[in-house]
Amino acid sequence: MSVAPADVAKIAALARIKVTPEDLAAMVPELNGILSWVEQLGEVDVTGIEPMTAVIPNNLRLRADVVGADPLTGGNVRDKVLANAPAPEHGFFGVPKVIE
Amino acid sequence: MSELTDLGIAAIRDGVAGGEFTATEVAGAFNSAVAEANPVLNAFIVTTPDHALAAAAKVDAARAAGEALGPLAGVPIGMKDLFATQGVQTTAASHILEGFVPQYESTVSQKLWDAGAGMLGKLNLDQFAMGSSNESSAFGRVISPWRATGETAPRTPGGSSGGSSAAVAARIAAAATGTDTGGSIRQPAAYTGISGIKPTYGRCSRWGIIAYASSLDQAGAMAHDVTDCAIMLGAMAGFDAKDSTSLDLPVPAWAAGLSDDLRGLKVGIPREYRIDGLNADVAKGWDDGIAWLKDAGAEIVDISLPHTKYALATYYIIAPAEASSNLARYDGVRYGLRDLPDGAGLQDMYAATRAAGFGDEVKRRILIGTYVLSAGYYDAYYTQAQKVRALISRDFEDAFKQVDVILTPTAPSAAFVLGQKSDDPLEMYLNDVFSVPASLAGLPSMSVPCGLDRQGLPLGLHLAGRPFDEQGVLNAGLAIERRAGFTAKPAKWW
Repeated sequence: MSVAPADVAKIAALARIKVTPEDLAAMVPELNGILSWVEQLGEVDVTGIEPMTAVIPNNLRLRADVVGADPLTGGNVRDKVLANAPAPEHGFFGVPKVIE
Repeated sequence: MSELTDLGIAAIRDGVAGGEFTATEVAGAFNSAVAEANPVLNAFIVTTPDHALAAAAKVDAARAAGEALGPLAGVPIGMKDLFATQGVQTTAASHILEGFVPQYESTVSQKLWDAGAGMLGKLNLDQFAMGSSNESSAFGRVISPWRATGETAPRTPGGSSGGSSAAVAARIAAAATGTDTGGSIRQPAAYTGISGIKPTYGRCSRWGIIAYASSLDQAGAMAHDVTDCAIMLGAMAGFDAKDSTSLDLPVPAWAAGLSDDLRGLKVGIPREYRIDGLNADVAKGWDDGIAWLKDAGAEIVDISLPHTKYALATYYIIAPAEASSNLARYDGVRYGLRDLPDGAGLQDMYAATRAAGFGDEVKRRILIGTYVLSAGYYDAYYTQAQKVRALISRDFEDAFKQVDVILTPTAPSAAFVLGQKSDDPLEMYLNDVFSVPASLAGLPSMSVPCGLDRQGLPLGLHLAGRPFDEQGVLNAGLAIERRAGFTAKPAKWW
């Protein structure tokens, strides 16, 4: 499978990355080079093999349902959460108008 | 007496504890060395001399008060700029995070400060840890302190932990943290003549480490030698409820358990790594390593890891797929860069911010990842890669029924000249051919120096062990270190 400029433009839109026509011209051959190289995985017989998601067996834990049990992740840190926001307003994240 | 900056973790800790010198003297010596070298080597993105001095003052006061000292008391280290450090800019070497000042400390860095270490600064890296040469940093490439004999061409310190490897090799940090997703601790360690260990996936908490590929990312130690790696990793590892994949296991006393008596140990030599055209010096280093391990009492066993040749392609599907998801958080809303063109709406702001903030390699991997996860391609690429990953992992499981550790070269060559491979992403990816398989299987693995090639550049040997058997890897590394007698250091030209 190879990608055309229109495909790369669509992928970039899905990934929310603005690309110029010049970007596309450079990216198409690079992505095709990488994709044609990873195609080799198609030749591996994977009959009966489960896809691996966790490499070291481990159980997901549940924490106690207590608000603020861990002070680092427990909440009530609004100012810290907003400290690095590019446009905080009145205790919220500011964004451009989304409703016309 | 040798210079304080020539000392590693154990020597500094013991010297401070024994009163030969103070932690403040050590921190001052390293701060000066950093100030002198960094304008040339570019190993640090920001330096934090005050942090190092404050940590040292605490250690000196604790010693004066007769209190017990931590395992890294008085040791100034470099912190890869992928670890969130409270109050100190943390960027992942990306423009999109320039100016980001974490409001909290990563688990691993906090553990190191609790152990008595101090921070010299935040170390440069490939942008979001995506790269093998440190050339994708938005803050400029790192120059290796190593040069080929009779040459002045700047060489790569490896990547992605290239600031870490350069700083330790140049003796401007006593040790450094690294993170490893496909070889980012081990390959730079090999390129700069130092030791580096990546533990079993889950040993070190990922909380507060900027994510690249979450099923592969692991923190580890980069230091002068195997003993220092064991001490430092012991301080970094341990269960953390804030990382859902953290291993709830006790941390063994690795440093105390070090032994180079390998009688009874079986070492596997995988035939698939004897790739066509393997660099002659690398092949000789591998043969030397086999002889040294035999000399230490180990038995050498030929083994097969049949899916080795698919590891790199598997990695370059799984890692970008996870990256495309992890890096979705950089949106110009919550932190980091915002690019809001005149009259732009929310979607345009996202796209403009990400276009302006991410470097080329990061964009490339996000696009590949988005593609392999998109409707119609998910099964053919991503699911297939996850299945091949299971086969690669099974190869190791089978091998570890016959052997205890696996010895290979760390990288296919010594460090290359900067710029030599930056035009072709695929050629760059091939640097990780020997280190990626152990990453995919989550295995503890390390690189130790084995000698210099004919150009006078360091080469490394790679040891991989069973899950949770960092001790076996460290001990085999120690056996190589003691027999290789590697003492070469880069001549100071900066």
